[in-house]
Amino acid sequence: MSEYIHDEKVKELEELANKVRQSLIEELVEAKSGHTAGPLGMADIFTALYFHVLNHDPKNPDWPERDRLILSNGHICPIRYAAMAHAGYFPLEELKTLRKFGTRLQGHPERERLPGVETTSGPLGSGLGQAAGIAYGARMDSKKFRVYCAMSDAEHQAGNLWESAMFAGNNKLSNLTGIVDRNNIQINGMTENVMPLEPLKAKYEAFNWHVLEVDGHNIEEFVDAVEEAKAIYEKPTVIIAHTIAGKGIPEIEFDYNWHGKPPKPEEGDKFLKELRTLGGKIKSEHE
Amino acid sequence: MNMNKEAYLIEDLSKAEKAPTRDGYGKGLVDLGEKDDRVVVLCADLAESTRSHWFKEKFPNRYIELGVAEQNMATIAAGLANYGKIPFISSYAVFSPGRNNEQIRTTISLNNLPVKIAGAHAGISVGPDGATHQALEDIALMRVQPNMMVIVPCDAIETQKATIAAVNCCSGPVYIRFGREKSPVFTTEKTPFEIGKAVVLREGKDLTIIGCGMLLYNALLAAEELSKEGIEATVINSHTVKPLDITTILNSVKETKAVVTVEEHQTSGGLGSAVSEALSQHFPAPQEFIGVHDRFGESGEPEELIEAFGMGIKDIKNAVKRAIKRKV
Repeated sequence: MSEYIHDEKVKELEELANKVRQSLIEELVEAKSGHTAGPLGMADIFTALYFHVLNHDPKNPDWPERDRLILSNGHICPIRYAAMAHAGYFPLEELKTLRKFGTRLQGHPERERLPGVETTSGPLGSGLGQAAGIAYGARMDSKKFRVYCAMSDAEHQAGNLWESAMFAGNNKLSNLTGIVDRNNIQINGMTENVMPLEPLKAKYEAFNWHVLEVDGHNIEEFVDAVEEAKAIYEKPTVIIAHTIAGKGIPEIEFDYNWHGKPPKPEEGDKFLKELRTLGGKIKSEHE
Repeated sequence: MNMNKEAYLIEDLSKAEKAPTRDGYGKGLVDLGEKDDRVVVLCADLAESTRSHWFKEKFPNRYIELGVAEQNMATIAAGLANYGKIPFISSYAVFSPGRNNEQIRTTISLNNLPVKIAGAHAGISVGPDGATHQALEDIALMRVQPNMMVIVPCDAIETQKATIAAVNCCSGPVYIRFGREKSPVFTTEKTPFEIGKAVVLREGKDLTIIGCGMLLYNALLAAEELSKEGIEATVINSHTVKPLDITTILNSVKETKAVVTVEEHQTSGGLGSAVSEALSQHFPAPQEFIGVHDRFGESGEPEELIEAFGMGIKDIKNAVKRAIKRKV
């Protein structure tokens, strides 16, 4: 069970996030296709979710009382897979099967294939509805678990998402917390150039949501926001997490060209070295 | 008379009383609501015309209103089913599974969740509302999705049975299609109904008519008239379009060696296509298609439209004669 967080725990999670990023790079190099920027940008949040926030049991993924984490923008699944593997859902070695024939780690995640992924996703804008449906059903039965829904920012251009936001606000689904990866990039460029989302906070407020904004790379801020959401009883809460796409690898940060491609093997080696040495600040154990 | 006694149809077809098939849906939902707490009913601002308001009146806490938002209705239902509920989603077929087709594909069929999709106001017999509201492609849309079952009941009694069976049959998604107009009730409580099991309504040696939905009544009347002309047709109620009951169809077609399919749907992609796909693999036979031939509908009175679009009794009789002529 989650709780307000102390400095040592934050430091531990930050170190774990670095390891999760390393697994992510290895996973993508091996897969030879897939998305890099978005998953790196959400590494801190997924680490915080799997190692602090979620009430879950990796050895019993269908435990009925578990918190549900719905990933709406399925294309960033490599980060979910990496965090799940570190959390003990499946062996780290299996990450190398990403996107390969016969794998449980499909290019976009599938509920029927990998226990613990909760929903099949990829087509954007449909995760929040499923999360709201689970939250509604859980409330009918007075269940105590919480439902989290991770979304991209650009999928807020899809109508289905706002239908679901309207439903959740109208039904006061306070057991539902949305998490928006506000990294400002999408395939065709910057969100505000392609189809502006701002004022995003005001939009959610107008749909009767409680809105919090955090630095998506500040684990303490994120965890505090998750805790605040639990104390809001009359509305669903959305945490708009301002993130840097590609966070942790300076060559990738802020660059939308890294949305949908993996690192080549030599790039992968370089990026792994950067992560292991914290950008050259410390010596890697591999040198 | 060649009626199959084991089908337990009403004695005199000409004296059939009329009721809308959607009434069967409403009654089926109430039956389910009493027996199974997991059943919840979702509706997109069409509670009365889909008859889901009958459930709402009895079980207000298990009725969920979505407003005019069919895409959301599909995703909310997927979430409810993911959690452990058995949701029915109710709207007009043009909107659900029309408008929300991708949400059904990704969040319901691919997730393989027990969401039951009720498409009301299907077919040209919707009448005066015109082409926008006459779903003629919904069977095709649903039939091509893996995990999805497709049921097209023929009258109000069968719709009630189909609604209940949609929960008891399976742990996956089901599409049930029904119409708007009052239509003849020619099956009875005793008529067998099992998903995936076609029912032989009438037996004849010359040709097999395979139909689904309300037009089966016309098919039966056409078969009676043909009998007076010396042509004996078998009539099969293929209420389950998917999975198609190939065994029952083959048993008949191997005898008759000619087929007419009857449905209130585009002739491409629906029951006719399903039958044709099956026969071409197992026992090729000449087939004529009663249905809508690559056109949109239009406003008019239901019976007037059925005639105008070539789905009347006379059209079925002519199709039978054409198919018989084509026998090798």
